[in-house]
Amino acid sequence: MRGIISAGAYVPYWRLQRSAITAFHGGRGSGTRSVASYDEDTTTLGVEAARNALAAPGLPDAAALWFSTSDPTYLEKNNASAIHAALRLPSRTGAFDLGGSLRSALGALRGALESGGPTLVVAADIRGGLPNSADESAGGDGAAALLVGEADDVAAEYLGGASATEEFLDRWRSPGERRTKQWEEKFGETHYVALAQEAFSDALAAAGIPADDVDQVVIATSHPRAGGVVGKKLGRPLADDLATTIGKTGTAAPALLLTNAIESAAAGTVVALVSLADGADVLILRVTGTGRAPRSVAAQIGAGNDTLPYAKFLAWRGVMTPEPPRRPEPARMSGSAAGRSVDWKYGFVGSRDRDSGALHLPPARVSFDGGNVDDMEPTPMANAIGTVVTYTVDRLAYSPSPPVIFAVVDFDDGSGGRPGRLPVELTDTTPDDVAVGTKVEMTFRRLNTADGIANYFWKARPRREATS
Amino acid sequence: MSSHGIKDRVAIIGMGCTPFREHWDKGTSDLLVDAAEETFASAGLGKGDIDAYWFGTAQSAMSGVPLAQALQLEGKPVSRVENFCATGSEALRQACYAVASGAYDTAMAIGVEKVKDSGYQGLNAFPIPNDGTNRTLTAAAMFSLVLPAYAEKYGIDPADLRRTVARIASKNHANGAHNPRAQFRREMDVDAICAMPSVAGQLSVMDCAGVADGSAAAIICRAEDAHRYTDKPLYVKALSFVAGNGSGLMDTTYDYTTFRECEWAANDAYAQAGITDPRSQLAMAEVHDCFTPTELVLMEDLGFSKRGEAWRDVEAGVFDLHGDLPVNPDGGLKSFGHPVGASGLRMIFEAWLQLRGEAPEDRRIDTADRGLALTHNLGGYPGEMVSFVGIWGSRLG
Repeated sequence: MRGIISAGAYVPYWRLQRSAITAFHGGRGSGTRSVASYDEDTTTLGVEAARNALAAPGLPDAAALWFSTSDPTYLEKNNASAIHAALRLPSRTGAFDLGGSLRSALGALRGALESGGPTLVVAADIRGGLPNSADESAGGDGAAALLVGEADDVAAEYLGGASATEEFLDRWRSPGERRTKQWEEKFGETHYVALAQEAFSDALAAAGIPADDVDQVVIATSHPRAGGVVGKKLGRPLADDLATTIGKTGTAAPALLLTNAIESAAAGTVVALVSLADGADVLILRVTGTGRAPRSVAAQIGAGNDTLPYAKFLAWRGVMTPEPPRRPEPARMSGSAAGRSVDWKYGFVGSRDRDSGALHLPPARVSFDGGNVDDMEPTPMANAIGTVVTYTVDRLAYSPSPPVIFAVVDFDDGSGGRPGRLPVELTDTTPDDVAVGTKVEMTFRRLNTADGIANYFWKARPRREATS
Repeated sequence: MSSHGIKDRVAIIGMGCTPFREHWDKGTSDLLVDAAEETFASAGLGKGDIDAYWFGTAQSAMSGVPLAQALQLEGKPVSRVENFCATGSEALRQACYAVASGAYDTAMAIGVEKVKDSGYQGLNAFPIPNDGTNRTLTAAAMFSLVLPAYAEKYGIDPADLRRTVARIASKNHANGAHNPRAQFRREMDVDAICAMPSVAGQLSVMDCAGVADGSAAAIICRAEDAHRYTDKPLYVKALSFVAGNGSGLMDTTYDYTTFRECEWAANDAYAQAGITDPRSQLAMAEVHDCFTPTELVLMEDLGFSKRGEAWRDVEAGVFDLHGDLPVNPDGGLKSFGHPVGASGLRMIFEAWLQLRGEAPEDRRIDTADRGLALTHNLGGYPGEMVSFVGIWGSRLG
């Protein structure tokens, strides 16, 4: 059967309490929103979600990777290629950006469900807006990845879907701008309600089931007023839209909320995913209760840190520019040097001496133990667990968000071979949160940006959520 | 294959060293002229008498041309030398081998760094195009990794060890206070150093070498010719150098309480010089105190203290100006700052003064019974560094 073979989400570690916003601007706020760290962008969020979705053994290779976001790191340059590299997908797997609009990811998902071959749909977004805007407070950052294809044991079987499209002015943002503007909400509401009803009815027909068979409606939208009315009109039980914990994740919302439904609903639950974004799209799926990613949305919500100060949030978003350490900013990376080390830089693949077993991070041609030349086995280390041997806090080094927390980490790749070592920057942590012996895992990050070039590499972060 | 050394085959017959300062009014060539002229005068030679030049600078110049231009050398070979923070020592090492080989009768090694034109505090390495995965940590942070590791290994309270390394800074500042060429001439007590905010790990600014511009130089000739130029030559007893392979960054057995490159270089130098007990045979040592934990560990790597005992020896005053083995009697990098290309030669300049009995009285060491001095110069970071060790003597044999 065709459906979602595996689903995985990524919710960044940091949370901003909405009361931290109102403490500055006035008013009242409740709940939290998720915040991508200064070293994350939509590409890195997408990588983390896809790593989670693809963690289980035995999954088919995707024939294509489709990446959607409204906040791409690059235009012109294909962001999906960096995700493809970090996941170490085969070169025959196509990787494509499907760009720009909030609706793009739902389109990718429906396209994948209704075509052949395994496709990895990745959606990520970072939601901003001007200080004190509704988008700043209600938005959230996150990503989800859905491996779609044919399998006997899909996590969610696709029953049918439909779309309803119309041109009308609701939200808009010019490329490069921070602020999204919106037409009067009531105008959009009238369009969304009618479109949603049309698409819902068509989707039921496509699935061949009556409305009563829908156990759960998942509404993904950045138009809360329309979402509320549509939820009532459809008359079926509503799933939590995670607005109080994560916030509205824009392009990522349909995939992230569907992932949460797949993880939390009982086997046999029929879910209708309703997306309201310049049109209405409805996908109906039956959850099977299999194929859970190691890190559930719920677990990631529980593992968040909500002590992020508002000032830091503003600095991370570039709204406020604090004085940096007086050190030279990093030079841009060399494109050709990076091209020679794609497996290391994007895939975190070291090498292991076939004779001595010495692990080399980064990979080397000549072994430091025994001197073997060109006798190494590539050794993927992205999923290795590390232990902090010693660490330091550098208040002088340049960083987009000082201070730099840095540790000497010993890694075990789980193969029973000799452990290896890498001195590496830590992230998603504070100086007080690190100790000798702290267990860490690797995470794909954007170290810096120079000359417009996003410099991606891996950092270590403390292991937090329990994995199943 | 072996390291044979060139003990007593080459001698230093003249040296010079500029004050190390924030020389806002002097450029690289000004500093080179100042150091070279002092050195020529010291040996009683002119630039035309020197057969070949080795010019050490990490990133203030490229090629031999800037030195030839600054001094207006005509038809002379000039080699520019770079080997991280050991650049100055390396320039002299190469010059010594050239003279020992018989290729030249006289040679000058001159090192310079014009650090203060970057617009930034601290040293900043010139970026070589790379894949963007290299560390961007400061040297202070890399060396700060030593303290927790050392405290853990030897069961020392980290707060106590922090005071011990502050004592190293305090000692070096006390020595530097007596040195008119030093950048910082103020004494600093341990409490004041410990009270400063940390910039990297437990280290405060006062645990770090200063940043200064400067230049220093030496003229050498064959040992048998030395007395033509001076009554008190300094004989080259040992020159050793190790470039680390960086394995400390990957090898899980490396524990950040030792710098293997320095230990290897020291052992090679002692073998060349025939030294069996450095602590009792050396009159003094100048070591690379780029950060206070560095000097602590070096006391063990250079064989001055037993493993795990350097902190006790520091506390007991063994390395004080009038201790059993004075270390950094000129004030060290701590007081001088670190113009990368010049520092190694600045260290040898102190050996030159002390072994010839020419150091000012208020910091003069008794060298009557011990006629040997060691200089140690390193560059890089724990786990991946270069190390130089030189031994100099006032007497043949």
